[in-house]
Amino acid sequence: MKNFSSLSEIKASLKTGTLSCATLVEHYLKNIEEHKHLNAFLEVYTEEARLQAQRVDEKLRLGTAGRLAGLVVGLKDVLCLQDKGLQASSKILDGFISQFTGTAVQRLLDEDAIIIGRQNCDEFAMGSSNENSAFGPVRNAADPDRVPGGSSGGSAVAVQADLCQVSLGTDTGGSVRQPAAFTGLVGFKPSYGRISRWGLLAYASSFDVIGIFAKSIEDCALVLEVMAGPDEYDSTATQLEVPAYTQKLDRGNAKYKVAYIKNTLESEGLSAAVKQRTVEKLRWLEEQGHTVEAVDFPLLDYMLPTYYILTTAEASSNLSRFDGVRYGYRSPNADSLESMYKLTRSEGFGAEVKRRIMLGTFVLSASYYDAYYTKAQKVRRLIKEATQALLGTYDFLVMPTTPTTAFKLGEHTEDPLEMYLADIFTVHANLCGIPAISLPNGTDSSGLPVGIQIVADLYQEDKLLAFSQYLQGAAT
Amino acid sequence: MKIDKQTLQKIAHLARLEFEEESAEAMMADLSKILDWVEQLNEVDTEGVEPLTHMSVEVNVLREDLSQEPLSRERGLKNAPEKDQDYFRVPKVLE
Amino acid sequence: MLSEDLKNKYTVVIGLEVHAQLLTESKMFASDAVAYGETPNKNISVITLAHPGTLPRINKRAVEFAIRMGIACRSQISRYNIFDRKNYFYPDLPKGYQLTQDRTPICKGGAVTVKTSEGARAIVLNRVHLEEDAGKSLHLAGEADTLVDFNRAGTPLIEIVTEPVIRNADEASSFLTEVRKLVRYLDICDGNMEEGSLRCDVNISLMPAGSTVFGKKVEVKNLNSFSNVRRAIEFETERQATMLERGEAVASETRTFDANTGTTAAMRTKEELNDYRYFPEPDLSPLIVSEEWLQRIEAQMPSLPEELYQRFTAEYGLSDYDAQVLTDSKGIALYFQEICSKTQNYKAAANWMNGPIKGSMNERSIEIEDFPLAPEQIAALIALVDSEKVSFSVASQRIYPLLLQNPKLTPLAIAERENLVQESNQDALLPIIQEVITENPAKVAEYRKGRKGIIGMFMGEVMKKSRGKADPKVANKLLQQALEQ
Repeated sequence: MKNFSSLSEIKASLKTGTLSCATLVEHYLKNIEEHKHLNAFLEVYTEEARLQAQRVDEKLRLGTAGRLAGLVVGLKDVLCLQDKGLQASSKILDGFISQFTGTAVQRLLDEDAIIIGRQNCDEFAMGSSNENSAFGPVRNAADPDRVPGGSSGGSAVAVQADLCQVSLGTDTGGSVRQPAAFTGLVGFKPSYGRISRWGLLAYASSFDVIGIFAKSIEDCALVLEVMAGPDEYDSTATQLEVPAYTQKLDRGNAKYKVAYIKNTLESEGLSAAVKQRTVEKLRWLEEQGHTVEAVDFPLLDYMLPTYYILTTAEASSNLSRFDGVRYGYRSPNADSLESMYKLTRSEGFGAEVKRRIMLGTFVLSASYYDAYYTKAQKVRRLIKEATQALLGTYDFLVMPTTPTTAFKLGEHTEDPLEMYLADIFTVHANLCGIPAISLPNGTDSSGLPVGIQIVADLYQEDKLLAFSQYLQGAAT
Repeated sequence: MKIDKQTLQKIAHLARLEFEEESAEAMMADLSKILDWVEQLNEVDTEGVEPLTHMSVEVNVLREDLSQEPLSRERGLKNAPEKDQDYFRVPKVLE
Repeated sequence: MLSEDLKNKYTVVIGLEVHAQLLTESKMFASDAVAYGETPNKNISVITLAHPGTLPRINKRAVEFAIRMGIACRSQISRYNIFDRKNYFYPDLPKGYQLTQDRTPICKGGAVTVKTSEGARAIVLNRVHLEEDAGKSLHLAGEADTLVDFNRAGTPLIEIVTEPVIRNADEASSFLTEVRKLVRYLDICDGNMEEGSLRCDVNISLMPAGSTVFGKKVEVKNLNSFSNVRRAIEFETERQATMLERGEAVASETRTFDANTGTTAAMRTKEELNDYRYFPEPDLSPLIVSEEWLQRIEAQMPSLPEELYQRFTAEYGLSDYDAQVLTDSKGIALYFQEICSKTQNYKAAANWMNGPIKGSMNERSIEIEDFPLAPEQIAALIALVDSEKVSFSVASQRIYPLLLQNPKLTPLAIAERENLVQESNQDALLPIIQEVITENPAKVAEYRKGRKGIIGMFMGEVMKKSRGKADPKVANKLLQQALEQ
């Protein structure tokens, strides 16, 4: 069976009868089995997927199938599916079974998507390489000695290796875009509030969004269109209507004005290959008659510290509920309430999670709150305003997604700070709550994928997707 | 910013975490390093800037006061590490 | 009890924090039910249990209830307010943080007026804010575990905080009484301390009389009745005064009250080391209270005790005392108001309320809501007496009890059935009076000699002979006339 580049291809085959959902699911199940060594899935819903496939095939026969019939999806281990295990790749949620399905996932199911399994990720979505999972690292299908990126590493590899057609990941500081760049996929981050967070295990409440891994822009647009929209269960979800993204992918003859931040291309850690691919793309745009301009962004260096102060603060509070009282792991070594708390959390959480909880607790503590937390909130506002000003003048910001291509397992695990610096280009969009996408942009000399990142203004997903379609269409 | 043992213990207690000697040393070093790094934010002039506290543009998102029966006791207790028919159970607070 | 000397030597400074559970259908941030006396862990949801992936949703009615309280206390309603997270660990706190309003209470300032021995005094408030209640932890003897029940977790609360302006146990008690009355009038809380829908923490310190520097503040928690609040204040005052007299420093700490011994003791858990790390809740939208919304809430507000008191004194001409008593409880006040819509004899209505009706309620241990007679029946009783068909004592002692047993009858029907309609006809009464005078010549002579008091004895005889039906006023008049002849 071929590797389908879009759902429309799948639907075409379903229509002619050369394919059924049942055979499609078998295909993915076989691939999953054959790629076990990549460790992308924590749990495969073999029987349920087969059952669902039968149901959807029947609906297709009757002509009552939903818009996503034929789409097989994988979910990052932070998205609630009723009566299914949920662990955030952590020991502290051992045995936990969700009691409800999140809104975004439910909307996919309502349109007859088939969920094939739960995907490995960095523990509590904290990481940039998927080496922080309690269940072992995920490996990049392009080179199993290398990381796929994180935190949604399993979700990326699943689509990369054709273990499913689309994956849902989450993007708090780049956790969809960065793995997409490392694995040669489309990795999409919508605006904050565009998709409901009801059913999304919270890491950093004012940064988290559900993101999409896909092989094509059209799949991305369709899945976004189905998931997006107001939800009474999420007070931060926007009330704005959902545009018909799938109908707006043709840019017509639009001429664009794009900016790139000078310092991103002069960044110390930027590899030659990534720089070259990025510059090539910018030149191509110019040649096509679009305006490409270099701009300064003085606040660039402050993005990562701002991001780490605010996300760890929110996370330190969001993770307090993991205490062994109502669900999950409880240490067998505890003999009192206090020791139950401390042992459960110390034994249940991995090192990186503990590090971020400690940092977050520190910056929120009374003596330091103003110096760190309030300060970071102020800098965040400045960054957001400066970005909005920029995007008032330019259609998009263009930059590399990551400073390098996929690094080797173990390369950055010694020094946490080193790992944090890998997020340098992606945190920007999360700080501002704006949409961004990583598109495949060639490879380096070893054949490792390079990603290019496009950032748009708030709620401009339609414009972003049309531009992305244009860029992808022109890619050789 | 240098994190000393006392501060580490205080923060760890607030977060209900505990560290043995070795990991405590490592955590202190990591935290000190990271805090030094984030301190560069002091270079930014934030005079007169309001902290950004809410990312969503929505206000007055309210729910009508209607009660619903969303979760049975069975489902509620299902994931409990220790329980009986009716209650969640935890070790007693040591007096 | 503090000696007079010590009382004059120190000023007691008290601030109260009162938590009131709101009478909403559902929880503050989730739609599971708020219902009392339910079996454990029945009123729960994934939100209340803080399952991963859940988010809070603000209960509109709870917000409006809080604003009602603010309006009633003449507080400033914060036009922009948000919720904060108060972070700490306890088994009955599912999220590991409580959603509250630290920075921007929905109501700022305001006051509750109490009656003291020196007249009315406005106890100034610092704030009224919204927050959620925790679940319940049960520590049972013989159990190695603590049992946790989350029914109560997430119940909406308002916290009413006074400025440190209360000066003694009496004032504290009056304040609590007033707050209880107010929340019941507003229909936002049933104000039951014993059941826990109203809770009170006391902050108390002593300073030398005349000083302006407050002493170290002690917080006393776990007070579940008005009398315990009083006892705790009295004990603390004495404890602190004694320490200060001995030159000992009073530690700023949290203490619990032991109802059995009437004493306070330091809490052994290190609550004071807690750093709550408050920060704005990112999962909820800010609340913007518009002028329009405020006006709507005001228009829907139930009458306040103050309003009713004004009407009772100004329109109905009742005394301050009667009006106070009648506005003490909303149910009584509204019932009384109903009676007054059916009669103009407001004074009589007050007498009936404060006398026979209250009496019946006490006897039967019921509230006015369960009282079997409708306000119009009381009005009918009043009309019967006013028409002089029966006396007040007959109405209240003979007809009223029968009416209680037969609420479907009218007072007049009962009076006629029981042959109680007064005889005020002179022609019927004169012969009886003549008889009594004729039978008691000696007494008549005594009366005529000046012993006017014995008219009572004659009246008694007249009443006996008329089998109680003689209209006392008329009989008295005719008797006097006959005796003075």
